Amino acid sequence: MDRLCTRTIHELRSLMDQGACEPRALLQELLEQVERLNPTLHAYVTVDAGRLMRQLEQRLRQGPRGKLFGIPITVKDNLCVQGEETTCASRILRHFRPPYTASAIERLTQEGAIIVPRANMDEFAFGSSTESSAYGVTRNPWDLERVPGGSSGGSACAVAADAAIAALGTDTGGSIRQPAAFCGVVGLKPTYGRVSRYGLIAFASSLDVIGPITKDVRDCALLLSVIAGHDPKDSTCAPVEVPDYVAALQRPVKGLRFGVPKEYLIEEGIAPDVKAALEASCGALERLGMRRVSVSLPHTSYAVAAYYVVATAEASSNLARYDGVQYGARAATDGGSLLDMYQRTRADGFGTEAKRRIILGTYVLSRGYYDAYYLKGLKVRTLIKRDFDEALASCDVLICPTSPTAAFRIGEKLDNPLQMYLSDIFTISANLAGIPALSMPCGFTAKGLPIGMQLLAGPFREEVLLQVASAYEQATEWHRRKPEIRSCSTSR
Amino acid sequence: MAIVSTQDVRQVALLARLALHDDELKKLAAQLDEILEYVRQLQAVSTDGVEPTSHVLPLADVTRPDQRLPSLPPEEALTLAPARHGHLVKVPKVID
Repeated sequence: MDRLCTRTIHELRSLMDQGACEPRALLQELLEQVERLNPTLHAYVTVDAGRLMRQLEQRLRQGPRGKLFGIPITVKDNLCVQGEETTCASRILRHFRPPYTASAIERLTQEGAIIVPRANMDEFAFGSSTESSAYGVTRNPWDLERVPGGSSGGSACAVAADAAIAALGTDTGGSIRQPAAFCGVVGLKPTYGRVSRYGLIAFASSLDVIGPITKDVRDCALLLSVIAGHDPKDSTCAPVEVPDYVAALQRPVKGLRFGVPKEYLIEEGIAPDVKAALEASCGALERLGMRRVSVSLPHTSYAVAAYYVVATAEASSNLARYDGVQYGARAATDGGSLLDMYQRTRADGFGTEAKRRIILGTYVLSRGYYDAYYLKGLKVRTLIKRDFDEALASCDVLICPTSPTAAFRIGEKLDNPLQMYLSDIFTISANLAGIPALSMPCGFTAKGLPIGMQLLAGPFREEVLLQVASAYEQATEWHRRKPEIRSCSTSR
Repeated sequence: MAIVSTQDVRQVALLARLALHDDELKKLAAQLDEILEYVRQLQAVSTDGVEPTSHVLPLADVTRPDQRLPSLPPEEALTLAPARHGHLVKVPKVID
């Protein structure tokens, strides 16, 4: 029999219902897998087995016996868990133990889940490769010399390597979808405001969302149904009813229309095998009875520029709170002034990419540049949003690659921030427009690296994404492939 | 011509309360220059009469009933502070 850690949430649920899986055995097997692979992959910053076992015993005693009873769910290191070290993979939050828990995690707990904290990430979610973590690089389970994507690289890597059953990530410009694509798993960025962000450490407040990273589409629907919904603790969380996402998986897709934005296929730098996999996937959707329509997103080529103005402006503002006063690390400044303390604390606490974004964001917001950069970026954002409104008026979903290439090599883009930013070309528009988008496996490169297909829909139309994704998944076998991981125990 | 000088970055770093070494300033100036050069393509887009989008939700002000609710107990908040003095957070001297 397959080991329990290789299973999905819904498989484990039915095994538990049949009495064929016991939560203690499940956690035990998962911890063994983590112990075996984490020294190589570094998907988690740390895992405290003892604390997890105690959490499980408490859950077994007290429940609740909900939809996720006894199922371990991994969470990214930027989601607050009361009393558990939560650092955003930054030195400035080293040893920070939040006094409260994020609402999304609270909802998992209310369904009986076991929370496994500290999936590795880019520092403050600044990056597309998980290389900017202050606590070490995460490796791609399909090729240890390559990045897992980012910023939710730890979450995606753990799910792909069966070192997690399922995970939560966060997405500001592609940080759920791109690592899901690079690691060959399913990742969903919900509509802006669909999931409460109370307890999510902020990066860019008009773009950030929390979403699931899972082994298949059914688990994705299941997790979304748990975390979605209004929360009075987050004033940007939309009071919109939560539909039955799992029921949406059964609906037939025949007659639905999918649009392939023509700008996305002529984009420079798109790898031939990615393009071929996408074309083949479009053929598969047509065979399922869907109709292909031609659509245009004319402002696509401006998306990266608009995004990096808006996102860094918001980030510089959000990161102003790390001043070494009320919580987090403080640099020692013997006899220095308050200003010295601020400057040293932030210089020591933030890594290179965080500093770069703070400087860029502060620059575009400063007097004399505000109109030319920040305000201009917000206006172009309006045009990008309109592009999607128009394109989605003539089809149900948009289809495009998640990333122009498969996973790149560790170190390849580290010294070229603009190249790193450009790798987000297909994902950032969904954040600017606030619409939901899902990435799922749709093929492999000649070197055996996973390729991701992205599906996008109108606001609060996650159902149609899941419906189409489920039909595609049932017609293909990509999601069943698993990486063979050489564990190098020497790096322990 | 460079858009951003090392001196510009020095000024921005002060505003952002970041102590940066000279070599960091120099490297950042060059990288910022490249990024802003790329960002400048936005100027080519006609945005006359276009409203800026600061966020996408059609939400107006969100309010809640004006009721007193429990908040974080001071003692719990103070345990997070890097330095404290009794019931206060301690910081370096502000006024001479």
